[in-house]
Amino acid sequence: MPGKLKVKIVAGRHLPVMDRASDLTDAFVEVKFGNTTFKTDVYLKSLNPQWNSEWFKFEVDDEDLQDEPLQITVLDHDTYSANDAIGKVYIDIDPLLYSEAATVISGWFPIYDTIHGIRGEINVVVKVDLFNDLNRFRQSSCGVKFFCTTSIPKCYRAVIIHGFVEELVVNEDPEYQWIDRIRTPRASNEARQRLISLMSGELQRKIGLKVLEMRGNAVVGYLQCFDLEGESGLVVRAIGTACTLDKLSSPAAFLPACNSPSKEMKEIPFNEDPNPNTHSSGPSTPLKNQTYSFSPSKSYSRQSSSSDTDLSLTPKTGMGSGSAGKEGGPFKALLRQQTQSALEQREFPFFTLTAFPPGFLVHVGGVVSARSVKLLDRIHNPAFVGIMGNTRSYKLLDWNSFNSDEPETRDAWWAEIRQEIKSHAKALGCHAVVGYSESTSICEEVCILSASGTAAVLNPRFLQDGTVEGCLEQRLEENLPAGCGFCHIPYDELNMPFPAHLTYCYNCRKQKVPDVLFTTIDLPIDATVIGKGCLIQARLCRLKKKAQAEANATAISNLLPFMEYEVHTQLMNKLKLKGMNALFGLRIQITVGENMLMGLASATGVYLAALPTPGGIQIAGKTPNDGSYEQHISHMQKKINDTIAKNKELYEINPPEVSEEIIGSPIPEPRQRSRLLRSQSESSDEVTELDLSHGKKDAFVLEIDDTDAMEDVHSLLTDVPPPSGFYSCNTEIMPGINNWTSEIQMFTSVRVIRLSSLNLTNQALNKNFNDLCENLLKSLYFKLRSMIPCCLCHVNFTVSLPEDELIQVTVTAVAITFDKNQALQTTKTHVEKSLQRASTDNEELLQFPLELCSDSLPSHPFPPAKAVTVEKASPMGEGNFRNRSAPPCANSTVGVVKMTPLSFIPGAKITKYLGIINMFFIRETTSLREEGGVSGFLHAFIAEVFAMVRAHVAALGGNAVVSYIMKQCVFMENPNKNQAQCLINVSGDAVVFVRESELEVVSTQQPTANCQPSCTGGEVTT
Amino acid sequence: MTSELDIFVGNTTLIDEDVYRLWLDGYSVSDAVALRVRSGILEQTGATAAVLQSDTMDHYRTFHMLERLLHAPPKLLHQLIFQIPPSRQALLIERYYAFDEAFVREVLGKKLSKGTKKDLDDISTKTGITLKSCRRQFDNFKRVFKVVEEMRGSLVDNIQQHFLLSDRLARDYAAIVFFANNRFETGKKKLQYLSFGDFAFCAELMIQNWTLGAVDSQVDDMDVDLDKEFLQDLKELKMLVADKDLLDLHKSLVCTALRGKLGVFSEMEANFKNLSRGLVNVAAKLTHNKDVRDLFVDLVEKFVEPCRSDHWPLNDVRLFLNQYSASVHSLDGFRHQALWDRYMGTLRGCLLRLYHD
Repeated sequence: MPGKLKVKIVAGRHLPVMDRASDLTDAFVEVKFGNTTFKTDVYLKSLNPQWNSEWFKFEVDDEDLQDEPLQITVLDHDTYSANDAIGKVYIDIDPLLYSEAATVISGWFPIYDTIHGIRGEINVVVKVDLFNDLNRFRQSSCGVKFFCTTSIPKCYRAVIIHGFVEELVVNEDPEYQWIDRIRTPRASNEARQRLISLMSGELQRKIGLKVLEMRGNAVVGYLQCFDLEGESGLVVRAIGTACTLDKLSSPAAFLPACNSPSKEMKEIPFNEDPNPNTHSSGPSTPLKNQTYSFSPSKSYSRQSSSSDTDLSLTPKTGMGSGSAGKEGGPFKALLRQQTQSALEQREFPFFTLTAFPPGFLVHVGGVVSARSVKLLDRIHNPAFVGIMGNTRSYKLLDWNSFNSDEPETRDAWWAEIRQEIKSHAKALGCHAVVGYSESTSICEEVCILSASGTAAVLNPRFLQDGTVEGCLEQRLEENLPAGCGFCHIPYDELNMPFPAHLTYCYNCRKQKVPDVLFTTIDLPIDATVIGKGCLIQARLCRLKKKAQAEANATAISNLLPFMEYEVHTQLMNKLKLKGMNALFGLRIQITVGENMLMGLASATGVYLAALPTPGGIQIAGKTPNDGSYEQHISHMQKKINDTIAKNKELYEINPPEVSEEIIGSPIPEPRQRSRLLRSQSESSDEVTELDLSHGKKDAFVLEIDDTDAMEDVHSLLTDVPPPSGFYSCNTEIMPGINNWTSEIQMFTSVRVIRLSSLNLTNQALNKNFNDLCENLLKSLYFKLRSMIPCCLCHVNFTVSLPEDELIQVTVTAVAITFDKNQALQTTKTHVEKSLQRASTDNEELLQFPLELCSDSLPSHPFPPAKAVTVEKASPMGEGNFRNRSAPPCANSTVGVVKMTPLSFIPGAKITKYLGIINMFFIRETTSLREEGGVSGFLHAFIAEVFAMVRAHVAALGGNAVVSYIMKQCVFMENPNKNQAQCLINVSGDAVVFVRESELEVVSTQQPTANCQPSCTGGEVTT
Repeated sequence: MTSELDIFVGNTTLIDEDVYRLWLDGYSVSDAVALRVRSGILEQTGATAAVLQSDTMDHYRTFHMLERLLHAPPKLLHQLIFQIPPSRQALLIERYYAFDEAFVREVLGKKLSKGTKKDLDDISTKTGITLKSCRRQFDNFKRVFKVVEEMRGSLVDNIQQHFLLSDRLARDYAAIVFFANNRFETGKKKLQYLSFGDFAFCAELMIQNWTLGAVDSQVDDMDVDLDKEFLQDLKELKMLVADKDLLDLHKSLVCTALRGKLGVFSEMEANFKNLSRGLVNVAAKLTHNKDVRDLFVDLVEKFVEPCRSDHWPLNDVRLFLNQYSASVHSLDGFRHQALWDRYMGTLRGCLLRLYHD
């Protein structure tokens, strides 16, 4: 499919003065695509030139169309000397290449210069005519749609979810080429920008080809990153999930809502025992015995043993075998068979999605992760490479066999890690990994590659064609309880891959569930959650000796297990302190610097109704005879207990009392306490060690045996909860809040601190880092106080160590105001909404309503409004969102473009996806002081990046970017030379959304008949 | 641990009105932080001083970046870098161009030149307004002046169009430009009792009636320069006081009409000739630039002060001026009725406004 690219340069405005004498500019424009260049006439003496050029036509291959960016350069004509460049605009024309997206790119683009920033704007119109030429050997993949969104995009339906696609391309970094010594910084920056743009295009095209091979038509959850490896090159890599998507013709068509008799109905998880409180159903096995105040000690002993890389429920070392793959029951066997056939042909059954169509996710095993330390230096021959993960073995790789300049090397590295992940998942009895992501951290020649995801069992129905009916039947048979099914263990309880304390599901009482659940995905729509969630972070620094090459890699490899272990311990402690039992959206980032390693884990803690109540935290002293010490301990213990109680109140965690569970003594017997040893790491196979006869276990015990542990306890308690009216989470939405208004504010905040090199101990370092993060959060709360009541969603922290004593933390999130007063109404109608959503999202039009109606029979013992089914605020589910902001003021000049890291816009419906936005910018200055120092420089640059993203979206005809992410923000400074440089890479999906009109919830009728479809799309205001 | 870099960038630019005011008032970051602390914000929000410091710095940086755009407000509307809702844009502009009464009284009618700018130190000391704020206000005056000075069309409209100010603020700026252009003396001790509002009121009347624009709306500088021809013609009014018969007749007409209506009739009768001479002489002198500048000094000296020393109530002043202007129409020997009305109509309005304590 060759095509014709047509470009018209209309006008410019606000150009800088290039001629000091006249205070004016003689501007003209060069339009370049591939190797062809056109020029406009010179428009003399004006800062607002009107070129009104002819249509410049480029006849090009579609391969080039995909790879190349359109490059527009604005210059000042100079008769006697060389023309001065004013700035450039790069336009990615990819969105014009698929039929459903944009048809024309037209609008004002900021003219960007890497030294001066934005210098005026230019009005450009771009069109593409594609000629059909199907016979050619395809090198291009025009027509494959890309989405950054990590769920099925709102106006599409997933027909098949094919699976993992990945690709990487490698090139030399222009900054490190010999020519860089003689060219200007501007030329060097532009070469880099252009190269990355080219590589991104090539990468996207190659991934597209893979998707076509799989017979898909789209990539969802597309994540592209670049690694600046310095001397050894530049890697651009991407992963995604190939899908076949169908556009929904009229998503607003709702079926008549079923009769949902009572408002408590929503708490009734499908098919559960209707009266779990009043009588104990099922045998009272020791497993179920549990007191409120403490949880099984096995959770603790797992702690001590899970010092390897996998967190939470990942299997023990060496569990690559199929030992855990035993089937739990006939259904599981059936399911596994089916899915396996669908998944087995895939090399990596990975999915970058974090949210799924209802019914897709059957069980969740836990987080699986793998890390590997690699040396980028190609001069050193044998490099020591530690493969982190369950194998806990360090392989010695012969570096002679690798040439790091070739993509194969990097491919091999990632393949290794993915293999690792796959085997972890297998050990958990799971055949797939969802919420999968990959990242790197590079310092000098050392690179840590990380991958993580959530092991899961999936419903095969979406994975292959033609099985839909069979699966529907199967679903009916299997009777999967919707609110808790995903919590049920996928592995065999008698042969568990790791020690865990299992209980019968608190929801359905039929299946076993673990006591805590860690995942990297978003909270499933149908999960039953009690109370609200909160952002939980574990923060950690470890000093490391400066070293070279292998020694360095070894040192890092040795430190990693301890870091992982401690991060995990912190997460677990903090989760318990919050009185919660599950983590979603877990993201652990390990950053390597010259002389330290940093670990930052973020997740959203929730209380899953299906999981047991978490135990408290017990503190044990080492020397019980010392009176004052004992007193101190009991004081600490009291503080902890108070905090837990306070948190439960704060997050409205009031699980129903489960009376039959309270058996046994409330005080844990001392002998059952195991010690928490931070150094204990190499405990071997504990797979079969689980002793189920230990019915009663004590709570999570923290033994204060040294000052270190003391610090830990203190730091636990220093985390200040957000001020009242604020909530925060790192998932898409906050469990327990669903009455969002349309007031959103996306922001990026960056902080860099310089450590005083004098007191560099681990403790001091930890404290500094902790303070940095806490202060940053406090600042955010203060800044956004006008939005109260408000929730910070999708809080994304990134840590980097740009220099010896510098720590940089970058946060991107969106603050959304919610309406407190509507909470009750919303909870009322809310299951219907999720119902309708579910039913429109899939073809299961009958199923859910039926299940629901049969379930919602009598009154329910659970207190209403405590348990809330989490619902993703999708366009369809937002009927009663209030638009509190003023009616959209017609700003005649610049249209408002919303940006959000979420996949949706509250109170609005996304009607069209216009294409992916993937932009890379470099900004450099040699007059740092004059630009307001480092803060002034970066503030201006980030504002400019936002502006350029908005301008591109507006030119595509869009009014918002969803799933926006700042993937990289590399900042380097040299204050002595008055210089600084920054690289930023952002991406997202350009969309068109329409506001939903304000709809009043009509639920005035008797409580048994609030069947109003409260969430019809209704009229729409733009 | 020191913070090297600390920024917050929102997709929608956050504007804190309170901090904006502190910034406009020219406070340094540390002073602004101290003032905010004093406002009790820490107690209200539970924030720490460090948070406040960081927040203030951030806002100041944003304002600093916005300042360049505020110098040409239409740019603020068209720029793409800061996404600001229109109502907020209007607020930013309006506040930026707002000025202090105390400051404007100091520079009103002065040449907006470097020389005056040097005096800003003294003005700052005298008024208690920070030097930074003085500079901003002065630069605003100068900027508006430069842009509209040679422009065709209504002065207020031009200002509104180029600076997107509210009607009220645009009118104030029109007055400032008009005064600066004609260099009216406003700083004399005698004039200290007058507010900016008084002058602005007079300026508006003068622009409406005494400038080129009052007769022809298609000329350059039409609202800024006084109508030279008109000023020349004003000499003709001199006969009202020079011709003794005319003066007597005028006096008797006024006295007849006002007898019994004025509380200060006898004072008026005694002073009529002095007052009339004063008012007509002011008109006759307006051909000289120097005397144009002294217009307000003369009006106060020749009319306001004599009346005030005799304790004329404002209403009596009004009655007198009305009658004084109207009676001229009955003077058969006087042919410059239109000229008189153009002069006296405006002057009457001004005098009434200027007549207060």
